[in-house]
Amino acid sequence: MTKSTNHQSPITYYVLRIALIALCLAAARLPAADWMQFRGPHGNGVSDETDAPAALDAKSIAWTADLPGRGLSSPIVIGDRVIVTCSSGPRQERLHVLCFNAADGAKRWERQFWATGRTMTQSKTCVAAPTPVSDGRRIFAQFSSNDLICLDLDGNLLWLRGLTRDYPNASSSIGLSSSPVVVGDTIVVQVETDCDSFVAGIDTATGVNRWKTDRPHNRNWSSPVVFADKPGRQVVAIQGLGGVVTFLPATGETVWNRTNESANISSPAPGDGVLYVSAHGLVALQGDSDSPTPKELWRDFQLAAGTPSPLVMGDRVFTLGSKLCCGKVSTGERLWTLTVKGPFSSSPVAAGGKMYLANEKGVVRVVDVTKPEGGQILSELDLGQTILCTPAIANGALYIRSDAKLWKIVKPAAPQAP
Amino acid sequence: MFRPELMKWLAVCGVAALFGLRPVAAAPSDAAGAIQAIRAVGAEGRGNAAASAAWKQLAANGLDQLTTILAGMDGANDLAANWLRAAAETIVARESAAGRKLPADDLLAFLRDTHHNPRARRMAFELVARVQPDTAEKLLPGMMDDPSLELRRDAVDRVIAAAVRALDGGNKPESIARYRQALQSARDVDQIQDVARKLRELGETVDLPKLFGFLTQWKIIGPFDNADGKGFTAVFPPEQKVDLAGEYDGKTGKVRWSDYATKDEFGMVDINTVYTPLKIVTAYAYTEFVSDKAQPAELRLGCKNAWKVWLNGKLLWERDEYHRGMQIDQYRLAGQLQPGRNTILVKACQNELVEKWTVEWQFQLRVCDHLGKAIPSAAAK
Repeated sequence: MTKSTNHQSPITYYVLRIALIALCLAAARLPAADWMQFRGPHGNGVSDETDAPAALDAKSIAWTADLPGRGLSSPIVIGDRVIVTCSSGPRQERLHVLCFNAADGAKRWERQFWATGRTMTQSKTCVAAPTPVSDGRRIFAQFSSNDLICLDLDGNLLWLRGLTRDYPNASSSIGLSSSPVVVGDTIVVQVETDCDSFVAGIDTATGVNRWKTDRPHNRNWSSPVVFADKPGRQVVAIQGLGGVVTFLPATGETVWNRTNESANISSPAPGDGVLYVSAHGLVALQGDSDSPTPKELWRDFQLAAGTPSPLVMGDRVFTLGSKLCCGKVSTGERLWTLTVKGPFSSSPVAAGGKMYLANEKGVVRVVDVTKPEGGQILSELDLGQTILCTPAIANGALYIRSDAKLWKIVKPAAPQAP
Repeated sequence: MFRPELMKWLAVCGVAALFGLRPVAAAPSDAAGAIQAIRAVGAEGRGNAAASAAWKQLAANGLDQLTTILAGMDGANDLAANWLRAAAETIVARESAAGRKLPADDLLAFLRDTHHNPRARRMAFELVARVQPDTAEKLLPGMMDDPSLELRRDAVDRVIAAAVRALDGGNKPESIARYRQALQSARDVDQIQDVARKLRELGETVDLPKLFGFLTQWKIIGPFDNADGKGFTAVFPPEQKVDLAGEYDGKTGKVRWSDYATKDEFGMVDINTVYTPLKIVTAYAYTEFVSDKAQPAELRLGCKNAWKVWLNGKLLWERDEYHRGMQIDQYRLAGQLQPGRNTILVKACQNELVEKWTVEWQFQLRVCDHLGKAIPSAAAK
């Protein structure tokens, strides 16, 4: 038996201590300020940041970068890296994953791949529709062709999957858009079509299936979300024409299932253990440990959403259709509405009480949603290009992309004293 | 409040954390062995772990291994080709950033050898174009019939541009000649359609069904039932045996085969024109294709109804989906033609939806090689 000893030198002691603290800092390197998945750190459109730009004008544009192809996918931000996916070519068979410097917009690296699945889409969308996701160390980029690409933060390839190669009829002629999520060491992908459908948990380290579950043969463009349904437990929720299901990410085991039809374009929004789902209005669902079906806390037909997903911020829930609607998360009572020019494909995002709405015509509006009497448009910025993506908010900036450009939008710098 | 000592200390921690997270660069190793491991990747992530380790070693190589890696794509599946592409791209990015020159001569030699993987050759072309854009441009005229569809497309675009210039210069015969040249080599549907339109504007005739290889003469039988979508899996008599003289119980009475010829430019077989628009029904279309030799072929289908396609009695593929878009070459079905007569049977189901955009009950089918060039039926010759 080895006896423990305290004969470490002071230098060794401090080195070990620094290493330990460094490790803790590294572990904590998943800052709330990053935006590493579709609709932000909580999957509900809200950033924890408090200092986001309010007064947008041409001076708010910190930089723009040219993109090599189309895309509806959102940028994601991992520390000082901004990741964007694109598709290009006459048949959209060239897939791009790009990394830009958040500070100055310089391209750090780009990797290209050839689509291994079908690339036909409806003309409005494209192959780069799903938003990539990161666990802070790796990037997982999925495309409508069902190519799933895992890279490290420097663009080194870690693994590849061609999900249409594996499941050939799980494809769509009008395009797929579901964005994957990562929970621990599992990436969850949702591929649902009128033909074959599945949801799968894939090992983040190797790209091998941990589990795969067949899903109803229904077209679906919504994305999974991760949330804590009770303290210490994270579940994944998906919605579609067949209803809403939550399951354990490690095994795919169903936690609860609600079979009432729900929307198949917008995605669920979690908040404080409750799931807000577009389903002929908005419905609030909460798991019940005694039942395989969730409790319906409330339903409100006035909180109707279109393509955009609901947004949950504090004690308010927002939907965006022909109007921006604000309701109480506790009851669904509608508090106010605000007419904002659309149309919208993009989902709203928010930080520090300010909401960002980007319409298809390329106009980004900032709305103050903190006033009880109603929302107030603070400013707007016309980017002059079609915008279909949902913006990202990270480190005090807004990132948004079109088929040709990536913008970083910030608070204009304060004028310097003479 | 932060003190300078604390800031320094945090910086040290940050650097340590950074190095702790950064993967250690792999040493270069035997490229052939690494390529072999990568080429072994298969379905559902099989071989990924070994390929990932091999990739690190492969990507640590220098530019001297670039064409070896590109050649590794020859005969590889498309997943493996992507692994290898990423290794080549990573090497190029790293070495270029270090100021090292791309091996243009090696890449040119690789590009000129049309036996190599077409996509690998396209990558070689793009790398050459980075360092020797004039050389790349000069190569394009010789790529009108290239096995790489991307290279061919660029070559055809150059000829189309020449046709436009000729017309702008008042030389209509030269313009027509260039457009004809472009049409002969083009394989991309959008290019073919654009060139055909230009030629017609210049008073020329273009036989698009022949150019694409659309099958235009069919026998059709139906309607059979498709209640609750069950017609897709139901085996109606034409699926058991094609007897063109046969008469069967259909959905609403006796049904027989009838002749159908389409004059549509893109070979559209509109079953609604045979029976008037119907819903919740199934029909079969049958034709024969005479091949002058045994050869691989692609049957390329466009269809927004649920469908099945058989070649010589063998089911090539099936898809149970309705009204989710349609385009030429929507589905590429690989098959093998036998010398002489080949039978082609298409099953097309129509569902119960009543919206305007669900009326179509139709398909278009062509026979071509893997690049999209029409294989004419020997009977048509």
